[in-house]
Amino acid sequence: MSAEAVRMEGIVKRFPGVVANAGIDLTLNYGEVHGLLGENGAGKSVLMSVLYGLYRPTEGQIYLNERPISIDSPAVAIRSGIGMVHQHFMLVPRLTVAENMVVGWETVRAKTFLDRPRIRQRIEELSEQYGLGVDATAVVEELSVGEQQRVEIVKALYRGAEVLILDEPTATLPEQEVAALFDTIRALQDEGKAVVFITHKLREALTICDQVTVLRKGEKVGSVPASEATERQLTEMMVGRDVVFEVQRERLESEGRPLLQLAGLSAVDDRGVPAVDEVDLTVHDHEIVGVAGVQGNGQTELVETICGLRKPRQGRVEVDGEDLTARSPRDMARKGLVHIPEDRHRRGLVLTFSVAENAILGRQYEAPFAAGRWGQSKRAIGGYARELVKRFNVSVPGVRTAVRALSGGNQQRVILARELDREPKVVIAAQPTRGLDVAGIEFVWEQLLEMRREGAAVLLVSMDLDELMTLSDRLVIMYQGKIVGERKPRDTDKQEIGLLMLGGAVEAS
Amino acid sequence: MKLLRELGIVGVSVALGLGVGAIITAATGYSVPAVFRELVRGAFGDIYGFANTMTQATPILFTSLSFLIAFRVGLFNIGAEGQLLLGGFFAAWAGFTLNLPPILHVVVCLFFGAAAGAAWGFIPGWLRARRGANEFVTTMMLSYVALYLTSWLVSPGGPYHGHQWANQTARIMSSAELPRLMASGRELPSWGLVVGVLVAVIAWYFLFRTPRGYEIRAVGQSPLAAEYGGVDIARAQILAMVLAGALAGLGGAAEILGTHRRFIEGFSPGYGWDGIAGGLIARAHPIGAVFAALLMGALRAGGRAVDRAGVAPSDLAWVFQGLVILFVVAPELIRYFKRIRLRRRAHGRPEP
Repeated sequence: MSAEAVRMEGIVKRFPGVVANAGIDLTLNYGEVHGLLGENGAGKSVLMSVLYGLYRPTEGQIYLNERPISIDSPAVAIRSGIGMVHQHFMLVPRLTVAENMVVGWETVRAKTFLDRPRIRQRIEELSEQYGLGVDATAVVEELSVGEQQRVEIVKALYRGAEVLILDEPTATLPEQEVAALFDTIRALQDEGKAVVFITHKLREALTICDQVTVLRKGEKVGSVPASEATERQLTEMMVGRDVVFEVQRERLESEGRPLLQLAGLSAVDDRGVPAVDEVDLTVHDHEIVGVAGVQGNGQTELVETICGLRKPRQGRVEVDGEDLTARSPRDMARKGLVHIPEDRHRRGLVLTFSVAENAILGRQYEAPFAAGRWGQSKRAIGGYARELVKRFNVSVPGVRTAVRALSGGNQQRVILARELDREPKVVIAAQPTRGLDVAGIEFVWEQLLEMRREGAAVLLVSMDLDELMTLSDRLVIMYQGKIVGERKPRDTDKQEIGLLMLGGAVEAS
Repeated sequence: MKLLRELGIVGVSVALGLGVGAIITAATGYSVPAVFRELVRGAFGDIYGFANTMTQATPILFTSLSFLIAFRVGLFNIGAEGQLLLGGFFAAWAGFTLNLPPILHVVVCLFFGAAAGAAWGFIPGWLRARRGANEFVTTMMLSYVALYLTSWLVSPGGPYHGHQWANQTARIMSSAELPRLMASGRELPSWGLVVGVLVAVIAWYFLFRTPRGYEIRAVGQSPLAAEYGGVDIARAQILAMVLAGALAGLGGAAEILGTHRRFIEGFSPGYGWDGIAGGLIARAHPIGAVFAALLMGALRAGGRAVDRAGVAPSDLAWVFQGLVILFVVAPELIRYFKRIRLRRRAHGRPEP
């Protein structure tokens, strides 16, 4: 049962100026789920990329089935029975599931044509065996995120994976699908596969893993059996200190000033299908209102419509009593409404721009950054960026560094710094902690609470129910573009919210 | 450091291009040493060779800048050739029609050229930004419109046919001429080169030191983030295309005022197309464009020398040029298309 599959010894991986892995030992056994835990930038993905042949280790040796092996490329890894499901799927959207199986891995040799029936049959076998429910003839782009992930798993198995690396498999998954993924992982385990589960979520690691190895800043902190570990212990190992998960959300009296008011707001999505349906919502000063909902129920469109990025079909958006419906994002920001976008890589930042250039995104025409239309003060921009970096504790080599080079947490800090420094009346925060590590989450929460303390109205859209329950004064639940319920966190629980999110108990409640 | 690496890449690419060119030369039975001797002599061998290189580089500098400024906003200006022709014609028209004092006359002529090019850039820019028409197609097609329009204007049936046996306009007044940089001679660079370098510096300043340039770069790098940052994407695209057209038009004007002194049908051997390569070799950097244009100019000058010396047919010289461009540009183009594809995929839009 616990025969050794892979042993990595003293793996060192250096990049110019960074040691991503500083001598890490790791043993994976067949029939075991091994959790790889650590904050963003701890070196988890690098270590697994070494195993998968994407990076060559600077030092160290890998043993597969107790024999030394040199994995120069993913092709070698696949041939040796090592498969990886990346966080961002490597599927061709236009092709069917069956066609995706053989992209870059054509099973035909002498023949010129694909043996479609055989490919399909094999997929069905695997799908059956592991309870994956994958349809070989489906076109990938029509599948949900969870289904695509299962396709990736089938793909790895199709190619003969005995060791399967799952890189943050739950990061992009809606909460309902996580349980199904765990079932799949257990099935893999029962079949004797060695599974690596990369995550930074403690609870998941404790639920699904047999053994948990914690990395911090490129070093291995320790490896413990999940049955003997506690959340607190793992947290300490991850961040090296006690993290106060209970943030201070003091009682504050709202003056009852409605800073953000939505009246009958409706909008359509990119395909022209109604996505936001007559939403009425008011957020007052000193108040955080959480928006819960399964992804794809109009939250994204709602946020975009409020922020001027999407034209409303009807309805009104008012900021502090002023009608600002369908105004440009720049106008909205000038009137005191700022936006922490859910897609920080494509919306929130220009990744190839420097920290300094990103620090003034949206303020490019404001003094002292601009001198009229035809001049820009690099000095003012650089000085301002350095000040923000210091005040918001962004860890960067310098403000001329491209934000692409920063970790996710630091990228989010840049966005928060830029937006919150404008002393907003209204903050629209969409998925502000998605993909962040513990320290990053804590920082974002503190900043949002600080905004509330200062009297701003905060609209928080999140997929993380714990986050919503912790931070919100009030919670509204969105389902199919409508607000279907409103609760106070102290009067409800996650089960009830979960039901409302699925459109279930609307009438009953 | 980064500059050195880029220069290294370009150097190796040039060497590869020349290497493959040498193989083809040998295979077709011509003397490799003789061809190389003429290539180098024609481009750098003596003061006239280098002067020739600079003369050839001048219009390419303008069209490279034209290409790269559109590239920076994320658009492909394939139509610099047409913008250049139109700019050249209108500069010539202003040169032989208006009667102005010397320096002012030159400035006015350059302005006419830039304005004509700008108009030819505005149309595809507007169509793209407001109507979604692919700028690749529209700029290319408008290029042909400009080519045949100017051709007709100076043909025997056209209104500006200024010569009995050649399709060209009348000569511009001497007050409109851009003087040559060195002593007189047909193959010497004019002050157009100085104007070009100056414009390159201005383009750099615009892109990297003004809010408008910042917006153009933001749109090119990440349209969603630009929109979020309050940038009017359509306006940025139109502005970049207008500027791209103006730069190519200015190049045409400088070429007419400095080299030909009249609009001649077919005066451009494809400077507009060279600008695409030039802009890419420069990695879309205006200062880099100065050096990229010199490289392209050297290839043209060297190629002409090979042809003139009779060591190989001119076709072979153009093969050399094509190979070098191919090797220098290919990696950059591949990177670019890869990025577009990634971006389209990330947007959830189907690939074309």
